[in-house]
Amino acid sequence: MDAIKRYVRSPAAVLGLVLLLGIIAMAISAGHVYPRDPLALAGRPLIWPFSNPRFLLGTDNSGRDIAAQIFYGARISLLIGGAATLIAIAIGILVGALAGFYGGWVDTVLMRITEAFQTLPNFVLLLVLVAVFGSTLTTVTIAVGVVSWPAPARLTRAEFLSLRNREFVQAGRTLGMKDAQLILGEILPNALPPVIVYASVVMAVAILLESALAFLRLSDPNVASWGNLIGLGRDVLRVQWYVSAIPGIAILVTVLAVSLVGQGLNDALNPRLRGR
Amino acid sequence: MTASPGAVPDAVLSIEGLSVRLPAGADRDRALADVSLSLAANEILCVVGESGSGKSIMANAIMRLLPDRVTIDSGRVMFEGRDLAAASPAEMRKLRGASIAMIFQEPMTALNPLRTIGDQIGEMLSVHTHLARGEINARVQALLADVHIPDPERAAKAYPHELSGGQRQRAMIAMALALDPKVLIADEPTTALDVTTQAQILKLIRELQQRRKTAVLFITHDFGVVAEIADRVVVMQHGVVVEQGPAQSILADPQHAYTRQLIAAVPPLTAPPPRALSDEIILDLSNVSKTYRSGGFLGRGARVTAAVKNVSLVLPRGATLGIVGESGSGKSTLARCIVRLIDPDSGSILLQGRDWAGLRRAELRRETRHIQMVFQDPFASLNPRRKAADLVAQGPIIHGTPRAQALADARDLFALVGLDPSAADRFPHEFSGGQRQRIGLARALALKPAVLIADEPVSALDVSVQAQVLKLLVDLRERLGLSIIFITHDLRVAAQICDRVVVMKDGMVVEHGATADVFGNPWHSYTKALLNSIPGGHFARGREGIPS
Repeated sequence: MDAIKRYVRSPAAVLGLVLLLGIIAMAISAGHVYPRDPLALAGRPLIWPFSNPRFLLGTDNSGRDIAAQIFYGARISLLIGGAATLIAIAIGILVGALAGFYGGWVDTVLMRITEAFQTLPNFVLLLVLVAVFGSTLTTVTIAVGVVSWPAPARLTRAEFLSLRNREFVQAGRTLGMKDAQLILGEILPNALPPVIVYASVVMAVAILLESALAFLRLSDPNVASWGNLIGLGRDVLRVQWYVSAIPGIAILVTVLAVSLVGQGLNDALNPRLRGR
Repeated sequence: MTASPGAVPDAVLSIEGLSVRLPAGADRDRALADVSLSLAANEILCVVGESGSGKSIMANAIMRLLPDRVTIDSGRVMFEGRDLAAASPAEMRKLRGASIAMIFQEPMTALNPLRTIGDQIGEMLSVHTHLARGEINARVQALLADVHIPDPERAAKAYPHELSGGQRQRAMIAMALALDPKVLIADEPTTALDVTTQAQILKLIRELQQRRKTAVLFITHDFGVVAEIADRVVVMQHGVVVEQGPAQSILADPQHAYTRQLIAAVPPLTAPPPRALSDEIILDLSNVSKTYRSGGFLGRGARVTAAVKNVSLVLPRGATLGIVGESGSGKSTLARCIVRLIDPDSGSILLQGRDWAGLRRAELRRETRHIQMVFQDPFASLNPRRKAADLVAQGPIIHGTPRAQALADARDLFALVGLDPSAADRFPHEFSGGQRQRIGLARALALKPAVLIADEPVSALDVSVQAQVLKLLVDLRERLGLSIIFITHDLRVAAQICDRVVVMKDGMVVEHGATADVFGNPWHSYTKALLNSIPGGHFARGREGIPS
């Protein structure tokens, strides 16, 4: 396929993909590499990294293995990032497609709702949702998804607006297609590439949102997540800064990997936009 | 200097062995291969070719305005004793506009929408000369008067969107001529214009050229335009000059096979002998109207445009009815009303005796197979993400044919419209424009419609491809007994295929009748104007129709 060929030609995109695959490998292998519960006490608290071969990345202030938490945390970050992105993109496409395809009052109503969501800072909205519904892994994931849909909705709407009057859609109408067939079969496949690319941005933001929430100790405390570790490290930030810095680097690398993959996808799927 | 092919005495501009290289991965290595021609003072040299012949690349190579990664490979472009192919960017900037000017196909995109016409013409003068403000204004007025813009003073203050297409092109010409260039390059300057406007612009270019003794390099795809305006002709194909010579001799006695093929593909204006038409009326429109309302709040300041006004027409079974008119005449709106892509405000559309205009959405979706449409743009009317066989089979599948059956039928339809059935698994972008239009036709025919609406089906195609598609349509009409409504702005095309013709202007039918009568003996002044505006009319009239 042309798109794959164009993708592998970009070194940055390949680097992003390698990093992302590495993080996925960490998440998958966590149970084999560290068979014990990552939240169980493992040794003395606050061992510096590389000073004890049993704890390669040291231990946190409760004496839990940081390396194990990083491995298990990759699962949580990817899970929250992936699931929240799916939720956000699904809502976004639904709202954007209906608003763009039907126009008129449907568009007006849906877009006013979208704007209402956009005017609220999404982190504040996230805090409210978590405060109301509690902070289990499921509610946090759904909450992150629910605050991230307006941008994909606008993007989908814009694509639908430009595509719905194209001749091939009119041709579909003259063949007697129903609206659902026009939306799903004719317009959506042509509107998807930019939305897929944008999904990488949503995913990066979702991972950051969860970390920020965990930093405020408002995420699920019963799972090993990078954000929780940063939150814990806050208490010893001045001296044992590595407790916060190591998961911080993990988040940085993950977000970078997702963005590079997104940029690579963008260049591969829209070759005409390259060089601008 | 050795005498290269196409050399003329006192040449203003001469191109010698020019080759232009395309980036790797293009459909050929070179956009131009060893092109030689010269342009004498005080002549109009027409460069004719179909899309992909390299004619526009040549114009851009002269101006050194080639796209990125497209480079001049070898050869010289001699102008005033200098080789432009080797000139520095600074030298070229001084030359462009002042010594060699250019006008483009679409004046709307060539003009800056945020500045007035007078401002943009004046800029030419202020960049290249040291005239004072007042003198510049006076020159702008004189230039606009020169190109016969009505009310030059107001036109100078107008923004591009406030002028009509023809006036914008006049303003572009005024801008190009502002500094009295020695050479004017016109790249398809009338292609985007209506036929009556085109005739006026061609006349204007001819008049200005004669008055100012400018050398004009006129690029076109239309041999009618060539017959109208050219002193000499250069015919290009795939980046190579295949033939050049005086216009008269090339038009009357073309030597190269490709030139002969191009000239033969120009539809003549003589209608084929009339066919006997059935008495049975298959489609009967009466008093169909459609009005658009735009802008305005609570009815105030709204603009009301009557796109179609009280149109009544009948289509006998098996006949082809042409609807001709210029842009804005409402012909496309009418076509879309007939297939109900647009709902008419009033009037009735009787299809086989049943009122089509009053059908509800759900009924319409079921009944739509009786009336199908072929669209203008073969690039836009096929979903790029579906395979050709899918596209053709889609209609029957929606209307209940089993998938396997519909796909098998699609292959038969491919053969019917002259495509290789084995190509059915390809995507639309793998086909040429003409082939795509055949797919569009197969798609419409897949539902076995009683009436086919063809909205400018050949307008986006090269002339030789146009002739092939028209021939296919004539052939299918005979074999399948199709009743066709054929919408076109090109009277030459209408003359080829239509039994009856309806002429529309401003949403109304101004004349209708048998093709031979309307074209041979028009009575409405607008029809007469349209017929007189056909480029190379005398040339088109003198020739025989496509043997069918």
